[in-house]
Amino acid sequence: MTNHAVLAEQFVADKPRAHWHDQALWFVRAKRDLAAKSLPEWEELREHASNIKAHCVSRLADYLEEFTRNAEKLGAQVHWARDAAEHNQIVLGILQKHRVTKIVKSKSMLTEECHLNPFLERHGMEVIDTDLGERIVQMRREPPSHIVLPAIHIQKEEVGELFHEQLGTDAGATDPQYLVEAARKHLREKFMAAEAGITGVNFAIAETGGFVVCTNEGNCDLGVSLPPLHIACMGIEKLIPRAQDLGVFLRLLARSATGQPITTYSSHFHGPRPGGALHVVLVDNGRTDILRSDDFRRSLNCIRCGACMNTCPVYRRSGGHSYQSTVPGPIGSILSPAKDAAKHDSLPFACSLCGSCTDVCPVKIDLHHQLLTWRGEIAKRGLLPKSKTWGMKAVSFVLQRRRLYEWSGKFARLSLRKLPRWMIYNRFNAWGKQRELPSAPRSSFRDWYRQQPKNGADKKES
Amino acid sequence: MKVGLFVPCYVDQMYPEVGWATLQVLRRCGVDVDYPVAQTCCGQPMANTGCSDQTAPLAKQFVAIFRSYDYIVSPSGSCISMVRNHYGEFFGDSADYQHVRERSYEFCEFLHDVLKINELPGRFPHRVGIHQSCHGLRELRLGSSSELVQPAFSKVQKLLSLLEGIEFTSLQRPDECCGFGGTFAVAEEAVSVMMGDNRVADHEQAGTEVLTGVDMSCLMHLEGLLRRKRSPMRVLHVAQILACDDGKTIFQ
Amino acid sequence: MSSRDEILEKIRREKLPDQPLPDLKEFGIVYADKFEQFTAALKSVGGTSIRVKDRGDASRAVRELAVHQQAKKIGSLIPGIGDANVDLEAIDDPHELEDVDLSIFPGEFGVAENGAIWIDAKNVKHRVMYFIAQHVVVLLDARELVDNMHRAYDRLAFDEPGFGMFLSGPSKTADIEQSLVIGAHGPRSLTVVLVENGPAG
Repeated sequence: MTNHAVLAEQFVADKPRAHWHDQALWFVRAKRDLAAKSLPEWEELREHASNIKAHCVSRLADYLEEFTRNAEKLGAQVHWARDAAEHNQIVLGILQKHRVTKIVKSKSMLTEECHLNPFLERHGMEVIDTDLGERIVQMRREPPSHIVLPAIHIQKEEVGELFHEQLGTDAGATDPQYLVEAARKHLREKFMAAEAGITGVNFAIAETGGFVVCTNEGNCDLGVSLPPLHIACMGIEKLIPRAQDLGVFLRLLARSATGQPITTYSSHFHGPRPGGALHVVLVDNGRTDILRSDDFRRSLNCIRCGACMNTCPVYRRSGGHSYQSTVPGPIGSILSPAKDAAKHDSLPFACSLCGSCTDVCPVKIDLHHQLLTWRGEIAKRGLLPKSKTWGMKAVSFVLQRRRLYEWSGKFARLSLRKLPRWMIYNRFNAWGKQRELPSAPRSSFRDWYRQQPKNGADKKES
Repeated sequence: MKVGLFVPCYVDQMYPEVGWATLQVLRRCGVDVDYPVAQTCCGQPMANTGCSDQTAPLAKQFVAIFRSYDYIVSPSGSCISMVRNHYGEFFGDSADYQHVRERSYEFCEFLHDVLKINELPGRFPHRVGIHQSCHGLRELRLGSSSELVQPAFSKVQKLLSLLEGIEFTSLQRPDECCGFGGTFAVAEEAVSVMMGDNRVADHEQAGTEVLTGVDMSCLMHLEGLLRRKRSPMRVLHVAQILACDDGKTIFQ
Repeated sequence: MSSRDEILEKIRREKLPDQPLPDLKEFGIVYADKFEQFTAALKSVGGTSIRVKDRGDASRAVRELAVHQQAKKIGSLIPGIGDANVDLEAIDDPHELEDVDLSIFPGEFGVAENGAIWIDAKNVKHRVMYFIAQHVVVLLDARELVDNMHRAYDRLAFDEPGFGMFLSGPSKTADIEQSLVIGAHGPRSLTVVLVENGPAG
């Protein structure tokens, strides 16, 4: 059972590092703000994106069939996977059929979700993640901590050490230019030796049967224009109806993610390369369950931009790993409980309900409202700790009874005024660990109000 | 016009001076204000923990108490947000609830939108830092949020500027959450405190002498941090500043 | 039941409310000076641009570029532009293009809002030529600029198999402590030659 609070506390304990992480992500948020403000029509754009996704989801089955028809007409092969296990089997099957053992993979959160890498490695294949951030975490044998900036939690000194150990760069080197150059050489070898390229899909177009992959590094494209086999893996919610809808999403995606107007490469694939093979794997893995929920359906709008993570004051100060889920942050705290509420029951509470995420989301997912709704779900499923449920029952009991409430308040204030400090501030008082409690007044507001001469005192006492 | 004053439970018990200041300002503006003593709590702590069943009776109680008023005003953005945005599931299409929902206002919102006050006698010659509480900002839209592309506005600052001599400090992150978040303050204590410390540091670098906002919950958390480090920075609710009287002596 | 049928059936069980698609015909920012906006945007994403009068000038200008002068192996998808010494048609295996220093190819049109250029790989034997070279030069007709991505998609049709992309600047990464490094896995530089009169390719 994950517990965000415990992991977050560990993260915060390294004060300078937590501060550095917070500043790094705030900087990305600030760049997003500048990019958004450069378009006066930004809020309309968000509204259009949200409506396009809602429309697409309302006719998803038809659009999936249209996409499949058109993709097959172009010469691609389309596969359908109910869940992660089936997805992995399908990908394995394609690779084995082509006798592939060396694979390069550009960033795909879907393949992370399905844990594709360890599965393929168990079957004797080499999978190299080619996005630099992904490659760094792969070399460190850890999961990415952010869906767009996988290595945002790692400092350049640590990258220098890692590359020194594994790539033979100079000891103590930290210059990003130098380190990127080393990674370039290392990954070029992998691109050259690869027998297949696996990619994700940013947007698949029903109208044309094609799909788009967005990168800055060019790693997707190198990965699929050298080897003859391209496998593209996508969640079924990545579909959009028309090619012109790409205009909306490509204007929003990079600006929301990193504050750039567009990624360096927005590659549009329509059918395989001449002489090559293209496979598209459509994956459900719980998305149809989310679709059926009125409360959570809008989370399928997600275009995996990461803006919610960058803006989340909790994510910035606890790091992606504290969520222990493939997708962390606000959107992850909605998607992961949908897969396994018991495992991820602390995530909807890893949130101060500030609402910043909802305001940055390019596709207008009501993130903080869905997080609150998830809390209700977790309570309904009996997953709240007893201390919380009993605590709330007790508090509600008191608050429903005016006299009991007044008496409890008086007693609490009296205790706070009279008890010695050591009885109030101790390990049972989490509030008091680093904060003072408010000083307790002698009378409450209502005490004072009742004592005033009749200038509006309400006689309705029950 | 008859206004029912709703004073949040913890303000009633721990910050009565804020309830008092709210009442003073409303009366000075000529409003006929009642405080129905039957009230206790809007139910937000239960709702935010996911305990709908425990929230329902309090929601029903609130509507029953306040349905006969023309307006319901509260010095709390989060409580009003609760009433307006999260009571729906308990009421269906109840006319009483619709009325309460439409007529519930946060204190500054009421002064700005309903009374439309454009002058307020009083001096407050201090450097004031406004903490923009999240519920007030992003649920009630008391001001423009930094995330949205929209013209800048702040109902709270507009009201405070009516006072003579007041100055506002400029923050690095004008609307970042303070980290209170209800039970979050205790359940995720480490992150909550770091968030609060960062807000305090922002105000310190900005030169804030008086930290203010529309939600006493945020201010309680920030003040808790300030008092622990023995900071001279004062913390006052907007009502106390607008009243030009912090009301503390009345409740000592 | 196949996975396909199961997934589709599950989706179809939900009767969801209709939501009309937006009309994007007149939507999107319009710039007073598309050329200025395009070149500024290109610069901000790490690309450079030069302006020439016609194709003849373009040919000269490309040869004078430092990336051309320093290149040992040059491949060009535009006959007559650049001193190409790689016979792309004679090569069947794209791996043989690993050591290409400079790649020259045409762009169809540019997008002012983001400095992107639409590249159409129609009839291009080796699309790897866009990515594998150390440096790339793109020829673009300076009159072929649109304001924004909506106008870009107004011009595009995808009724045939093929590859196309929006290319905006050289490859880059900020994955090491958010420090921007130009030249990640793909080309280290992008130079756009804007030809005032006449088509590029």
